[in-house]
Amino acid sequence: MPLPEVFARWFAARGWSPRAHQLALLDKARQGRSALLIAPTGAGKTLAGFLPTLVELSESSAPARAATVSTGRAVRRSGGLHTLYISPLKALAVDIARNLEAPIAEMALPIKVETRTGDTPVSRRQRQRRYPPDILLTTPEQLALLLASDDAPFLFSSLKRIVLDELHALVTSKRGDLLSLGLARLWRIAPQIRAIGLSATVAEPESLARFLVPQLSPPPAGEARGGEGERRADIVVAGGAAAPIVEMLDTSERLPWAGHSARHAMAEIYDLIKRNKTTLVFVNTRSQAEMLFQDLWRMNDDGLAIALHHGSLDVAQRRKVEDAMAAGKLRGVVCTSSLDLGVDWGDVDLVINVGAPKGASRLMQRIGRANHRIDEASRAVLVPANRFEVLECRVAIDAVAENAQDTPPLRTGALDVLAQHVLGCACGAPFLSDELYAEVLTSAPYAGLSRSDFDDVVEFVATGGYALKSYERFARIKQDAQGRWRVTNPRVRQSYRLNVGTIVEESMLKVKLVRSRRGGSGSTGAIARGGRMLGQIEEYFIEGLVIGDTFVFGGEIVRYEALVEDEVYVSRANDADAKVPSYMGGKFPLSTYLAERVRLLLADQRAWRGLPDQVREWLSLQAHLSSVPGAREMVVETFPRADKHYLVCYPFEGRLAHQTLGMLLTRRLERARARPLGFVANEYALAVWGLGDMSAMIRQRRLNLDALFDPDMLGDDLEAWLAESALMKRTFRTCAIISGLIARRFTGEEKSRRQVLFSTDLVYDVLRKHQPDHVLLRAARADAATGLLDIRRLSDMLARISGRITHKELERISPLAVPVMLEIGREAVYGEASDELLAEAAEELVKEATGSS
Amino acid sequence: MENGTTVHAATVAGVTLVADLSGAFFWEGERLLVVSDLHLEKGSSFAMRGVLLPPYDTAATLSRLGAVIARYDPRHVIALGDSFHDREAHGRLDAADRTTLASLQRGRDWIWIVGNHDPDLPRDLGGAVADEVAIGPLAFRHEPTGAAGEIAGHLHPKARVSRRGRSVERRCFASDGERAVMPSFGAYTGGLSIRDLAFAAIFKSLAFTAHVLGDNRMHAIAAARCS
Repeated sequence: MPLPEVFARWFAARGWSPRAHQLALLDKARQGRSALLIAPTGAGKTLAGFLPTLVELSESSAPARAATVSTGRAVRRSGGLHTLYISPLKALAVDIARNLEAPIAEMALPIKVETRTGDTPVSRRQRQRRYPPDILLTTPEQLALLLASDDAPFLFSSLKRIVLDELHALVTSKRGDLLSLGLARLWRIAPQIRAIGLSATVAEPESLARFLVPQLSPPPAGEARGGEGERRADIVVAGGAAAPIVEMLDTSERLPWAGHSARHAMAEIYDLIKRNKTTLVFVNTRSQAEMLFQDLWRMNDDGLAIALHHGSLDVAQRRKVEDAMAAGKLRGVVCTSSLDLGVDWGDVDLVINVGAPKGASRLMQRIGRANHRIDEASRAVLVPANRFEVLECRVAIDAVAENAQDTPPLRTGALDVLAQHVLGCACGAPFLSDELYAEVLTSAPYAGLSRSDFDDVVEFVATGGYALKSYERFARIKQDAQGRWRVTNPRVRQSYRLNVGTIVEESMLKVKLVRSRRGGSGSTGAIARGGRMLGQIEEYFIEGLVIGDTFVFGGEIVRYEALVEDEVYVSRANDADAKVPSYMGGKFPLSTYLAERVRLLLADQRAWRGLPDQVREWLSLQAHLSSVPGAREMVVETFPRADKHYLVCYPFEGRLAHQTLGMLLTRRLERARARPLGFVANEYALAVWGLGDMSAMIRQRRLNLDALFDPDMLGDDLEAWLAESALMKRTFRTCAIISGLIARRFTGEEKSRRQVLFSTDLVYDVLRKHQPDHVLLRAARADAATGLLDIRRLSDMLARISGRITHKELERISPLAVPVMLEIGREAVYGEASDELLAEAAEELVKEATGSS
Repeated sequence: MENGTTVHAATVAGVTLVADLSGAFFWEGERLLVVSDLHLEKGSSFAMRGVLLPPYDTAATLSRLGAVIARYDPRHVIALGDSFHDREAHGRLDAADRTTLASLQRGRDWIWIVGNHDPDLPRDLGGAVADEVAIGPLAFRHEPTGAAGEIAGHLHPKARVSRRGRSVERRCFASDGERAVMPSFGAYTGGLSIRDLAFAAIFKSLAFTAHVLGDNRMHAIAAARCS
């Protein structure tokens, strides 16, 4: 189907021709179909998404659009909202608005575009509700707020289209759950709407396409839920992208055994930046970004414009970097996943990824940030920071060449998010349970939701959902005579509005640089207030420090001096090494897919030829002295070192799953009287140490490895550990906040640090004891399966290695064990034996008292 | 003072008290058990304001109290104030919790010391109500004044110990041998760090000890070692 005349002329005037996928989307729109566009960055995705909207709005005759739509409110309005655009980033919404202005102005289309984000002034928000623009660009949270207002039917009944940007990123989190529930609401208010999803390449596009259309509920007779009965949007794939050119840095330096800094490669990274026009340098954590940035500037004799971008920097600072980048003023930007998504910059000609790629799809999306012109190949260089990362980079490059994707499967909707949504629905208008349940089932993540789970969530919203029915008189929502649930008082609405959203941020403290009180002057006076602001740091990190501890922040080693209110005072330390590690791991564990490929690479000695000499030698030595793990087996090594005994195993399942494994193994080793003392985990391996001679125990059959790694550890041992696990309590707290059990903000003000009225840890303890099947505990458990505890992955691993454990009793540490052993002392030792830590502090008192030290 | 056990001996003004892992003091010679800051019905107190905390805190607190009473079989029990989270909280006790409370009181002297959360307790709760009680060299009152021989509550002392990037925070008794502040006993009660200025006002220096309630045992830790 041809483009309308005015559009054809516009494309021609710019010397462009519409791309096939842009026309395909227009075609789908004309057929009344929803569509998922899979396209790499630079494919003109945004224009493709909005083309149907622009064409439709330009075609609708002027008089018809000017007519008053009856709203029952005697408010005159234009044709009403036509298209809603949702993006994960408000910066992106603002940027898209700017990008739409050009074609609209150049074609003189009568179209009004506005954004609505947390920053939009109240006056404009009110105006938008009465006189909506044709196109509104916003975020999932703002959509939820609009839907929870009684204006929702007025505002959305005219809606024709919805465009969901960066859908692959949105659907992997609870924000995606919230958005899917919002969509279900919109489908009911405006059944005519059609959706367009814009996504990077994903592993399962068919399942992502379900997100865009209402699922059948209940499935018609003869159709099973899950199979053929699923409904999905049409899929359009943008072709013609040039394959990226990805290399691993062939360093001439010695490859480190462990660590994540890639300091050895700094000169080579600097050289790459110098030889290219604009380079994005991606790292996995904020502290890596800080360190790399400092190191690059230390050698920046050419005065190259190199900037830093990460999530803890001030927003204004980040915006400045983005603007300078857009203006082509920067030669390099060191960044974290804060730049994985977002605004398009045309001129990036090289992406450097420092450290582990973690996942094939993640890497491809980062590489796609280079060169946003689809027909030119993106160029990327991977810089492994240690030997294991060399293996990971090698298999990631192969995966990119095969275009193999490893994005996670579509989520099952979380119950805490559903609770927030149910309260939001009641804030908008009274609802009937039957109707709302049917509506929720149309959203893909909740298509399998059972009625009893739904009813439990409604009960939770109403009175807390407690078996002890004592809160009826304090209900937040109540059923009226017709059975419709209504909000009981205006305070409930206000509290909902203040707490909407699924992002629960760590509580952060400001870090300020002051002069040390141990300074040369010998002054012992109080620390001077004020000082230069360095940035922000997680409160839980500071809680683990004692005054005088040193750590890396702002690219330098600092000493912790004092904590005053919400400010941490630090001074410059002259130490060469920080005492407390602040590499807090990456947020994302190594993907199952890449882990599998790493194991296959290890198992295939012929494939080692593709590895750097240093790494090949390392592996050959391992094969000679111990054993290199086969594809499905797990190697367990035991050996003595100094006065302790070590057990090292190589599951390759990511540090989160390894941490959980470490917790459970130490419990079991304790019972087996191996007297374990601690453990440390990295992405590839786990090392446990103790006083008992585990080699001898295995030899004498006092310790059976098959039994030690039996999947039954996920039964009672897991239960017992979850009861006291700090990670589980943190997971519960997040659910409690999202579900609305406790407020992240009390009316009008942020809860101050000093006025914590109760601790969710205590609530967790009491609830777990008295109502272990409470809906919030179920929500927390579901999160623990994939989140901080990664239990599902651990359980898959235990099943995989069952009966395939190879034990090597060694006299000393093996080559493969060196990296994880080097983490001891660098990484915080995870163990949750609180009594041990307290006993240690008590011991110091005794020593002091008895004068022995 | 022995570490690694579930009880510590703490001497206050010459009287040896047993600091129990549950958070209670026991005075052997008098067969007196003291608990502080039960904050019963804190859950329902929040529920009235729309925060629907699980309504099991009263049952949880009374059950722990029952366990420690069963272990020591005291002749006297002092609840050292803030036994109820708000002025009306006692009226919200459900029948089962009332029965439990009555059974705990049976056969013993029970004294409710008033606190800032529960300044006027009714007479029908069983036991006597008092502003403070003096026994021998010790004075039992809710809010600490710093006087010698004082056993108080109110502040909910809590100690944090940090080592190697990890930290553990637990409730504790705070004592310098002349006076003591007891930990809160209630299931939902948070705490105040013993390094807060409020404790400096009572102990005048950092020369006091935190008897910390660990997961399985007591630990005596110098206040100066806590963060």
